[in-house]
Amino acid sequence: MITASFEYRRAGSADEAIALLTENGDDAKLLAGGHSLLPLMKLRLARPSMLIDIGRLADLSYIRVDGDQIAIGALTRHHDVEVSELLAREVPLLPAAAGQVGDPQIRHRGTIGGSLAHGDPASDLPAVVLALGGTIVVRGPGGERSIPAAEFFNGFMETALAADEVLTEIRVPRLEGAGWSFQKFNRRAHDWAIVGVAAVKTGAGSGSNGEGAGVALVNMSSTPVRATGVEEALASGASAAEAAAHAADGLDPPSDINASPEFRRHLAQVLVRRALEEAGV
Amino acid sequence: MTAVVGTRMLRKEDPELLTGEARFVDDLVIPGALHLAIVRSPHAHATIKSVDLTAALAQPGVVAAFSGADLRSEWAGPMPCAWPVTEDMLNPEHFPIAVQTACYVGDAVAVVVAETDMAARDAAELVDIDFDVLPAVVDLEDALSDRVLVHEALGTNRSYTWELIPAPEAVEEAFANATHTVVERFVQQRLIPSAMETRGVVAVPAVYGGEFTLYTATQIPHILRVLAALTVGVSESKLRVVAPSVGGGFGSKLDVYAEELLCLALARRLRRPVRWSEDRMENTQATIQGRGMIQHMELAADADGRVTAVRVRLLADMGAYLQLVTPGIPLLGAFLYGGVYDIPAYSFVCTGVFTTKTPTDAYRGAGRPEATYALERAMDALARQVGVDPAEIRRRNYVRADQFPYSSSGGLIFDSGNYEPALTRAMEMAGYDDVRAEQKERRSAGGTKHLGIGLSSYVEMCGLAPSRVLSALRYVAGGWESSTVRFLPTGKVQVVTGTTPHGQGHETSWSMIVADQLGVNPDDVEVLHSDTSIAPHGMDTYGSRSLSVGGTALWLATEKVIEKAKLIAAHQLEVAADDLDYAGGTFTVKGSPDRTMAIGAVAFEAFTAHNLPDGLEPNLEASSHWDPPNFTFPFGTHICVVEVDEETGKVDVLKYVAVDDCGTQINPLIIEGQVHGGIVQGAAQALFEEAIYDDDGNLITSSLADYLVPSAADFPSMQTDTTVTPSPTNPMGVKGVGEAGTIAAAPAVMNAIIDALSPFGITDIDMPATPQRIWTAIQQAGGTNGGPR
Repeated sequence: MITASFEYRRAGSADEAIALLTENGDDAKLLAGGHSLLPLMKLRLARPSMLIDIGRLADLSYIRVDGDQIAIGALTRHHDVEVSELLAREVPLLPAAAGQVGDPQIRHRGTIGGSLAHGDPASDLPAVVLALGGTIVVRGPGGERSIPAAEFFNGFMETALAADEVLTEIRVPRLEGAGWSFQKFNRRAHDWAIVGVAAVKTGAGSGSNGEGAGVALVNMSSTPVRATGVEEALASGASAAEAAAHAADGLDPPSDINASPEFRRHLAQVLVRRALEEAGV
Repeated sequence: MTAVVGTRMLRKEDPELLTGEARFVDDLVIPGALHLAIVRSPHAHATIKSVDLTAALAQPGVVAAFSGADLRSEWAGPMPCAWPVTEDMLNPEHFPIAVQTACYVGDAVAVVVAETDMAARDAAELVDIDFDVLPAVVDLEDALSDRVLVHEALGTNRSYTWELIPAPEAVEEAFANATHTVVERFVQQRLIPSAMETRGVVAVPAVYGGEFTLYTATQIPHILRVLAALTVGVSESKLRVVAPSVGGGFGSKLDVYAEELLCLALARRLRRPVRWSEDRMENTQATIQGRGMIQHMELAADADGRVTAVRVRLLADMGAYLQLVTPGIPLLGAFLYGGVYDIPAYSFVCTGVFTTKTPTDAYRGAGRPEATYALERAMDALARQVGVDPAEIRRRNYVRADQFPYSSSGGLIFDSGNYEPALTRAMEMAGYDDVRAEQKERRSAGGTKHLGIGLSSYVEMCGLAPSRVLSALRYVAGGWESSTVRFLPTGKVQVVTGTTPHGQGHETSWSMIVADQLGVNPDDVEVLHSDTSIAPHGMDTYGSRSLSVGGTALWLATEKVIEKAKLIAAHQLEVAADDLDYAGGTFTVKGSPDRTMAIGAVAFEAFTAHNLPDGLEPNLEASSHWDPPNFTFPFGTHICVVEVDEETGKVDVLKYVAVDDCGTQINPLIIEGQVHGGIVQGAAQALFEEAIYDDDGNLITSSLADYLVPSAADFPSMQTDTTVTPSPTNPMGVKGVGEAGTIAAAPAVMNAIIDALSPFGITDIDMPATPQRIWTAIQQAGGTNGGPR
C-alpha cells in the first residue's frame, strides 16, 4: 500500500505540463486530485516514473456559460460541480451525479477532468458527459482540439487523450429544462456504481440524432458506454418500459464480487426504466 | 459530592484522540530503528524449495534478510495456542515464519530489514522464492473429507471434536416426541475485523542489561509478555510490553502474532530497534479473521411452539494454524445455543477443521454472535411453522423472571435476567403493530418493495472468566483481574489496572468509579494501564470482561483503601473505627456531624506517617485481585425493519431499535457508543462483509474497496433504550456491553430480510444478503417483476 518511487514535478501552467509530458513520454502521468491514480499506484498497479502535479492550476477550475453550452474547467473539483448554482439551473444532471461520487473527502479532492481522463467505466461522470453529448477539450504541443465524448473512451481506462496532451475543459449543452435522471446502484453509499444510468430527455427531433433521450451506462462495459439499444428503441417510438428492455443490448458487462454479468444486465434494464420514467420520457 | 456513576460524563480519552495528540505505535519516534518488511506467500499452500536473498541484500539501505530456515534457531518454542480444547486436539507446529511449507496466502516466508520502511519494502519485492505449489483446500466440508491435507504430518484436517451433551437420551426423546422440528443449515461467513489502526510493533533492546521493550498494538500486553518470552527465549523479567494508544481491536489484537515475535528476535539478533507497521492489505491476510462456521441447527418443539430440545452440530474453520485461542472460539458460544429460552434438553458438538486460509480467532462476540444467529433464525423458522408471530414464539419460550438464577440445560447458571420487558419496550419503540399492519397492506397492494420485521433476543456470557470454569474448559490461564489504588500526597488518586483499553474508555469509567468511592473529582484520578512495568498483573481486555472483572477489582481496592483510611481517621479523631460513618469521601463521627475528616486529609497523614496508629504501615494504597465466581449474562431484544426492493435485491434498513440490559450502568454515554458500533458491526455481517476466497485460496477481498465495511451513511439512526437488571455476581451489579450490539444485530437484520421475502416462499439467504443473492433467490423462487406470485 505504498507507491513505488517516482519523481515529482509541479507544473506552473498547462503549457509547462505539456512540455514535461512531451519531454518524459509515457512514463509520466498528470496528477490532479489523485483520487483515481494514487490508489492504483499504492497497489503498484500503476508505476509512473514521474508525476506532474497540475493540481494548483487555478485557471483550469471554473464553471461558466459559453453560448448554448456550459464550459467546465478540467480541475474543477467534484464538490464544486455538486454545489454550483449555475449547473443546478442549466445542467442539473451533472451536480446530481457529482454529489454521488465517492464520499465528501473524495469530492473535495477529485476533479472532473481527472475522472474523465482516467476513463474508468465504473466512474459516474464519464457516463454523464456521454449522455449529455458533451465535448472534451484537450491541449497538446500542437495546440487545442475538441473531442466529442462519444469518441473519447476507447478501451478499458483508455481514452483519445494522447500521452503529451492535457485535458483542459469539458463542455456540455444547456438542458433548458429537459427531464433527466441519474440512477446509481451500489451496496455502500461511497462505492463505485455496480450499475449506473445517466439519462437526458431530448424530445423527438430535438437531439443531435433526433432520438428521444440520451442514455449512458456506468460499469456495463469496458468503457463508459451509451445505451444505443435504448436510444434507438425510443427513436422508433418504443415506450420507456419497452426501450429499457434493450438496456444491455450488445454489451458484455463485467463480472465481480458484487454482480454477475447476468445480474448487471437485469439491473441495467431496471435502472434504465426508472431513469426514463424519472426523466419523463 | 454528587455521584458521577450513572451520568453521561464525556470521555477523558477523547481530547487527545480527537486532536491527534494520542500516540499509536507507528507514531512512536524510536531513534535508530530498523524497518522490517515481510515477504508473504502468494500461494495458499506451497513447499518452500529455496529462498534467494541476494538481490534484496544488495539494495541500498538493506541491513539483513532472512528466510524461515535462517531464523529457525531464534525460536525457543513454536507459536503458542493457549486453548487446547480437548486432550487429543491436533495442533500443527507453527513458527513465526514458515520454515518448509506456506499454508495460506499471507504466511510469512522471508524478511528484509532495512534503514527505512521504503527500502525494506522495495527490497522485499526482490526476494526470489522457489515454491512448489500444493493444492489448496478452501471449503470447510471439502477440508473435512481430507481430500487435501493442510498439514501432511497430521494425517487429517480435523483438529478436534468437542461435545457438550449433558443428557443425550433427553435430547433423543424430545425430538422423538416433537410436534414441530426445525432443521436448518446456516453459514457464518468469514469476517475481517478491520480495526481502524492496523497492527504495528517496535522492539527496542536496552543499551545494556539485555532488556527489551516491545511496543505493540495489542489488547493483551500481559499475556503477550509471558508467551513472547517463552517463544523467543527472553527472560520474562527482561521483557516489558507496552500497548500505547490502540485504535480498536475487536478481538483481532487478542493474539500473539508472528510480527511481534519477529521484531523481538531480530532486535536481539541485530542489536538495534526493529519496527514493523502493517499495511491494510497485509491486515486483511495476516491478521486473524473471525467467524467461519457451518452450523447445523435443530429445534424440537411441542404443538404450542414450546421448544423442548436444541441440537447443534458445528464445523468451525480454524484456518491454516491454531492461533492463541482459535480452537476455543466456538466454545464461547457452545453454552448459548439455547439463548434466552427455557429449553430442557441440549446437545452441542463442534469439529475444528484446518483449511489453507488465514487463521481465525476471536472477533467481537467470539462464538456468541454465531450462537445467537443460529438460534434466532431457527426461532423465526419455528414461528412460521407454528403459525404465530415471532414475538409470540419468543414470549412462550423465555426463561421467566422468577426462574433466576437460572440453571440452563447447557450447564451454566444465568445470574439475573428479565427478558420480556426488553421485548415489550423494543416493540413499543419500533411501533411493531403499526409496521405489521403496513406490511399487511403492502402485501395485499402487491408492490415491489417488501417490508420485513426482524426480532432478535439474546443473552451472552461476559466477565471472562471464573478461573475454575476456564480450567474445566482446558484454557491454560485464569480469568482474574487486578487493580491498585493509591492516594498521592496531593490528594489525587493513581489507579493501576490490568485491563488494556483500546477504545473502550476505561480511563473514564474507572475514574468515575473511584470518584464516587473516594469522594474525589474524576479529573483527579489518573488511570495507568497497558504497560507491564507499571501494571505487572493483568489479564487484559476482551470478551466484555473489563468492567465486570477489572472494574470489580478496582472497586474492591477502593474498599480496602477506605478500610485503612478509616483506621487512620479514627486514630486522628480519637474514636473507635466502628464509630465512624463514611460517605462521599468523608469520615464522620456517628452522632457528631461536625467531627469529620476528609479522606484526602487522611491520605496526607498516611503519607507523612507523623501520627499513625501503632503498627499501621504508611501510605494509603491497596491492591485487589478479583476472580469472579460466575460469568455475567447481559441480554436484550433488538428489532430491525427493512424494505427489500424485489427488482434490484437491495435492502434498505428503515428502522433499528435496541433495548439492552447490561446491569448497573457506569456511563450511559459509553454504553450507547458500544451499542451503536456493535449494531453496525453486526449488521455489516448481515448486509456487507465477507472475506471471499477463490478456489486457489486467494483472498479476493483484500482491500477496503472489496471488503465492504459500512460507514455512517449506510445505516439509519438507531433508537436505543435500556433496562437495568443488576448482576448478583459482583458488588456493583455490572455485566458488560462491548459485544451486545454485534451479537444481536445480524439475526435481527436477517430475520427482517427473510420476513420481507416470505411471500416468495424464501426461508433462507446466506450472509451477507447482497442484492445479487436476494435477486437470485427471488428468481429461483419463481418471482417476477410486479410482485410475488
